[in-house]
Amino acid sequence: MESFKNADAGVIVDQLIHKIQEQRDYLSEIDGKIGDGDHGINMNKGFTMCEEKLKGQTYNLSEGLSILGETLLDDIGGSMGPLYGMLFDEMSMACEDAEDIDADMFGEMISGAVEGIQEISPAKVGDKSLLDTLVPAKEAFVQAKEEGKDFSECLNAMNAAAEKGWQSTKNLVAKIGRASRLGERSKGVLDAGATSCYFIITTIGEGAKGLL
Amino acid sequence: MNRIVNDPNYVVEDMLKGFVKNHNDLVEKTENDRVLKYKKAPVEGKVGIVTGGGSGHKPAFIGYIGENLCDAVAVGEIFSSPTAKAFLDAIKEADAGKGVACLYGNYAGDNMNVKMAVRKAKKLGIEVKTVVANDDCASASKDELEKRRGVAGEVLMWKIGGAKAAMGASLDEVIAAAQKAIDNTRSVGIGTAPCTIPAVGHPNFQIEDGTMEVGIGHHGEPGISVQPLKTADEIADEMLNLILPDLPFEEGDEVAVLLSGLGATPVMEQYIVYNRVEDVLNEKGIKVYRSYVGNYFTSLEMMGVTLTVMKLDDELKKCIDMPVNSAGLKQF
Repeated sequence: MESFKNADAGVIVDQLIHKIQEQRDYLSEIDGKIGDGDHGINMNKGFTMCEEKLKGQTYNLSEGLSILGETLLDDIGGSMGPLYGMLFDEMSMACEDAEDIDADMFGEMISGAVEGIQEISPAKVGDKSLLDTLVPAKEAFVQAKEEGKDFSECLNAMNAAAEKGWQSTKNLVAKIGRASRLGERSKGVLDAGATSCYFIITTIGEGAKGLL
Repeated sequence: MNRIVNDPNYVVEDMLKGFVKNHNDLVEKTENDRVLKYKKAPVEGKVGIVTGGGSGHKPAFIGYIGENLCDAVAVGEIFSSPTAKAFLDAIKEADAGKGVACLYGNYAGDNMNVKMAVRKAKKLGIEVKTVVANDDCASASKDELEKRRGVAGEVLMWKIGGAKAAMGASLDEVIAAAQKAIDNTRSVGIGTAPCTIPAVGHPNFQIEDGTMEVGIGHHGEPGISVQPLKTADEIADEMLNLILPDLPFEEGDEVAVLLSGLGATPVMEQYIVYNRVEDVLNEKGIKVYRSYVGNYFTSLEMMGVTLTVMKLDDELKKCIDMPVNSAGLKQF
């Protein structure tokens, strides 16, 4: 059975930080079309603060994700702080006692992330939010796993679904968040949260595949 | 936009420093630079009262820290929720061992950050219960009360919750009183010119000159109609026509009325509107038991007013009569 070591996977957190830093301007540009244009700035601020905290430390995947989640919760307010704080915190808690991370463990991590977010947010798939990326990604992973596919194939299915879900937000009318004030005018533009979530999920997916 | 700031990115920090200096008889900094507390908090034997929200609504939220009001407040960026950590630290500052009532407004970010803070407070052994204000009757229909936003009615909710706590009530009693207060409160806003977040530099919504937006939210959320600008009396009628049937308020009721400016409307004009509000209520046999007029809950330099009416019973009257001392509200 395919798996990777929790202890080796702290690097995924580094990859997440670099990805958000690299996409900062793109995220703000997307947010500026129907939001207040600060998504990239806020995300970059939180992830870079986490980078500072991790500097010189050794950490496994669970520990790195925990620090990332805590940083977002403690230092980034608004809606993104608690949403991504919850996502990383739940992923971290699911694997904190695991030495090896296999498809079953990863399934628990991503399912925990979805459940955690649903606990604090009333958003649903189709509301034009990060859930439009996250929920299909989780479902594709779980379905592939149930079909008996191996870990790397499950991750491929997850990444493909994340991209499809992200792109689906373009034609959605925002029902939640600041863009919901625009009604029909929110159509035609990708959702900023769904975009950052796409980068996050696929970076985790690619990072995990690289360790298998 | 001719605003008076230093660095537009640090208006919240700079404002907090000046606020603490000016109100050093009432408020204090805490270890968290996004949490201010009442000087005497935690007050022994009293349920702690916490609130918080985005900045730009002065005197809300920090202006309601004080005697018989809020014990600690979490401060966010302009129009953006405070962090979960700020809410948690405010809860810790307010807790005197009798539990904490977190009384805040119904916005997605605030809801999530408070929920996270309550989870963490529970782990620390602090009992926290919440009331979520949803007094803006223009923000969703009556059968979707849970979607309505909290606006200036929050001031009355803090007044009632703060008074109940000061009377020595238990956490459940404080929560019940604050919930009753907001359940009996309805508000509506009318905007006549938009506002600009200093760091953004331009308004992110428009109200054309010569028009008014009825039902506008505290951050420029769209209202229910855009109309040609009317007279003060007609504006008063328009707001009462939305508020009174919603609860409904009826002949024989006694009410507290709060008429707030949104930031750039002169207080003079607020009194002109209030004059008509009280006359209409009198005509309908609704007695104004207590009234407040002024800039109690603003939206930067938005022009316009909000009207809030709360139906009173004996318990709420007793609470609304209690003296308070804070930067935003003094009552002796």
